[in-house]
Amino acid sequence: MQYEGQVRIPSGCAISGMFLRDGRKVNGEPIIRSIATMHDRSNGLGGGFAAYGIYPKQKDLYAFHVFYNSERAKDECERMIRANFDISIAERIPTRRIPQITDEPLIWRYFGLPFRKLLEDRRLDEREFVARFVMKVNTEVRGAYVFSSGKNMGVFKAVGFPEDVGRFYRLDEYEGYGWTAHGRYPTNTPGWWGGAHPFALLDYSVVHNGEISSYDTNRRFIGMYGYSCTLLTDTEVITYILDYLHRRNRLSLKETADVIAAPFWSEIAAMPEDRRRYYTYLRNVFPSLLITGPFSILVGFSGGMMALNDRLKLRSMVVGEKGSAVYVASEECAIRAVEPELDRLWSPRGGEPVIVTLNKGVRA
Amino acid sequence: MKRVYVNEKWCLGCHLCEYNCAFANSGETDMAGALKDVKIHPRIRVEGDNHISFAVSCRHCDDPICVKSCIAGALSVRNGVVHRDRDKCVGCYTCILVCPYGAVMPAPDGKAIQKCELCTDNAFGEPACVKGCPNGAIVFEER
Amino acid sequence: MGINYNVPEYEVVRDPQRCIACRVCERQCANEVHSYDPKTGKMKSDESKCVNCHRCVALCPTHALKIVKNNDTYRINAQWSNEAIGEIYRQAETGGMLLSSMGNPKPYPIYWDKMLLNASQVTNPSIDPLREPMETKTFLGKKPDHIERDSEGHIRTDNLPPQLKLEVPILFSAMSYGAISYNAHECLARAARALGTYYNTGEGGLHEDFYKYGPNTIVQVASGRFGVHKGYLEAGAAIEIKIGQGAKPGIGGHLPGAKIVGDISRTRMIPEGSDAISPAPHHDIYSIEDLRQLVYSLKEATEYKKPVIVKIAAVHNVAAIASGIARSGADIIAIDGFRSGTGAAPTRIRDNVGIPIELALAAVDSRLRQEKIRNNVSLIAGGSIRNSADVVKAIALGADAVYIGTAALLALGCHLCRTCQTGKCNWGIATQRPDLVKRLNPDIGTKRLINLVSAWKHEIMEMMGGMGINSIEALRGNRLMLRGVGLNDRELKILGIKHAGE
Repeated sequence: MQYEGQVRIPSGCAISGMFLRDGRKVNGEPIIRSIATMHDRSNGLGGGFAAYGIYPKQKDLYAFHVFYNSERAKDECERMIRANFDISIAERIPTRRIPQITDEPLIWRYFGLPFRKLLEDRRLDEREFVARFVMKVNTEVRGAYVFSSGKNMGVFKAVGFPEDVGRFYRLDEYEGYGWTAHGRYPTNTPGWWGGAHPFALLDYSVVHNGEISSYDTNRRFIGMYGYSCTLLTDTEVITYILDYLHRRNRLSLKETADVIAAPFWSEIAAMPEDRRRYYTYLRNVFPSLLITGPFSILVGFSGGMMALNDRLKLRSMVVGEKGSAVYVASEECAIRAVEPELDRLWSPRGGEPVIVTLNKGVRA
Repeated sequence: MKRVYVNEKWCLGCHLCEYNCAFANSGETDMAGALKDVKIHPRIRVEGDNHISFAVSCRHCDDPICVKSCIAGALSVRNGVVHRDRDKCVGCYTCILVCPYGAVMPAPDGKAIQKCELCTDNAFGEPACVKGCPNGAIVFEER
Repeated sequence: MGINYNVPEYEVVRDPQRCIACRVCERQCANEVHSYDPKTGKMKSDESKCVNCHRCVALCPTHALKIVKNNDTYRINAQWSNEAIGEIYRQAETGGMLLSSMGNPKPYPIYWDKMLLNASQVTNPSIDPLREPMETKTFLGKKPDHIERDSEGHIRTDNLPPQLKLEVPILFSAMSYGAISYNAHECLARAARALGTYYNTGEGGLHEDFYKYGPNTIVQVASGRFGVHKGYLEAGAAIEIKIGQGAKPGIGGHLPGAKIVGDISRTRMIPEGSDAISPAPHHDIYSIEDLRQLVYSLKEATEYKKPVIVKIAAVHNVAAIASGIARSGADIIAIDGFRSGTGAAPTRIRDNVGIPIELALAAVDSRLRQEKIRNNVSLIAGGSIRNSADVVKAIALGADAVYIGTAALLALGCHLCRTCQTGKCNWGIATQRPDLVKRLNPDIGTKRLINLVSAWKHEIMEMMGGMGINSIEALRGNRLMLRGVGLNDRELKILGIKHAGE
């Protein structure tokens, strides 16, 4: 049997997200309730959450969440971490022992900053340094896997149903302004926690439902820019594309969405001149980052969240609003489970990003 | 009205049109059976040499001199097509003499004339020379 | 001359029950195989002259003709085939190199046929091109490596290097006026314009009548520089530097003086009757840095408005060569596989030099990605693309587009008799004899080319839809969509694909 990373495993999924634009914080209980409503869209082989604003006391430090298969892997990885980062906290991530979640690896987290001198020596931007470090650990250290690496955010994932994963990680004890959740229905047994979702790099986290048909085109292109796909999942490659376009090429999120879910040429032809030039340019310059096939993704980032469907809208996704709260889910029921009385509920069109950010003046 | 036109630029002088014409007017269903060991009398003729050639058939003139000259009333214009009535034709060949294109010729038995009637008078229904031309040199169109 | 050792390769079989002695075969055979015997009223044939071009078969109104392989044989010998023996006899008689035309006909492996495509089932939906948009448009050219913004923060869209826009990822490959006829060129030019793609002048210059098709023309600059001048360079949409061609890597071209007549002499800018011999190398390119100078000379001459293509034959070291070209300033690399066609080549070279395009393409695409320069250039693969499935597989391996030459000529009527070098093409394609050239009516030829490429486009769309892909961009380099059958580990590794079942 081949595991995640050795073979590409398609999967169907459920996704859910909630975001509080006024910066209010809620614990993990509502998002667990929401994703649990879509229990049948998962098959117990992967669940996970991304939470933003949960580490206010260490908000300026990178928070690394790491799975270890062995003490040896932990020793090796920790040597690398300590050689590159000034670590102020290193601890086990607190978990709750429940019968539904078994075979857990060692799960640790570290808070810290890269050594200034290293950044200066390598003439690297801090985020680029961290991204490269994470990629290095994940490709080079056998048995170690960094699955969360942003500031003031964290990813929590495991093999199991998402609601069980949420209880296992004691998410009721964390408070955040933005939450995303994922329940996975892989067509094979991954058996490995790293293969669960969300997938994250720096503060970008992605939950995704779909199976993209452009996968290898996207993977081989992004591979040229130092992103090596080790999991062979859509979510991984989508995250790297977002990082490449949004962080490295400084495209806005809207522009990023315009690349990965570009309008059809027939639509572009009908646009006014300046729009036509803009879209033609993006499609011409980034043809290999167009994503085809079904996807609905929720991208979490510091201070915001983006929801996006493939341009044909081959996966369901609805958005609901209540006051300053925004909910996104694969199914309406998952939103109603948390907020029965909505101000507004709609189904975004294919390729049309829904981007929400904290209100002006609100600090995460 | 649609007529048969020939572009000598594309005529290869292959003479297929003559055989297709003869077959279309033979009343047979098998070309080999119809034309084997038979001297053909097509209503279209390829003229010229290896370098310039073109097929000639009735132009179906707007004001056909052959019709005017017919002493037996055997030639008439029907829907633009110059039509010959086999029963009325006495075989005087006046029309052959007056046709400026040489597009009217004696029928095989010599007792009447024959000419292209755009395959409206046979089972083919559409000009066989046009359909069979390998190079699009003969066309049937409105001009 | 004494004994003729060679026996006719083919036999003309005439059904006496069907032949009506219309003599169409006789009139249409430039090789003078057929004749009419007035004494018997029957047709005769001289098989020794037959090249099996099928012109007579196609035009025989009663289907009385067929051409079959002559089953006369020398004593059977696995080592010394009839062909091998016959070639010895020919060379013993003439003392010359053997010449051939069109592509390598030998039974080397065809990797296209050892790769299978994917389709969606359950986990993601296939897409129906009859109901949803299915995009085949693509752009060829260098892509900028970063985004620039204007003072208002908008993305600048005016900084793109020159690009070729293709409505369908298929171009007509280089075939010179001289090697093929005026009418054949007209067909290619008109079809390219109607299809939203490009044809290629080859090294014979551009006939003045065809300047109007310039926006759909790739003008070639080859080692002989025939027909190259400023107006020519400016007329095309792109300029192709031909370093080599797959049918005869490492050697130049030779158009015999007999074909250098009238317009051809004028277009090539060489005297009538003189042989047009293009040198084996470009004598100003003895190394990769020299190539860079030529690329930039051509760009200077055309004010950086036109992409420059560098065309090379697929040879052993193709990946490294392509990597050098990708750094030379070229915008597009065309790779020509060892099966590609030609108007004339030494048989031994055509049949024994170069490597399969499938392996070359995969190696080049992988190498350019490893070196992070895949975005510097677009890749065109050519030399043996036979159908739309080959196109899809080429793109999935990593090509941006494909060149078709032989397939285009087949659409025009070519029957692959592989005797273009005689100049007696009965289909009016590879000839300059006016009575033969006129056999290719450009109205018909253009339509047939448009039909062929449109049909392929529909098939490409169906295959893409089956894979759940609705844009050709998402197919490019998508090697997970391919699986090998009957390939060994080394071949799979070079192709960068998994075996079926994996």
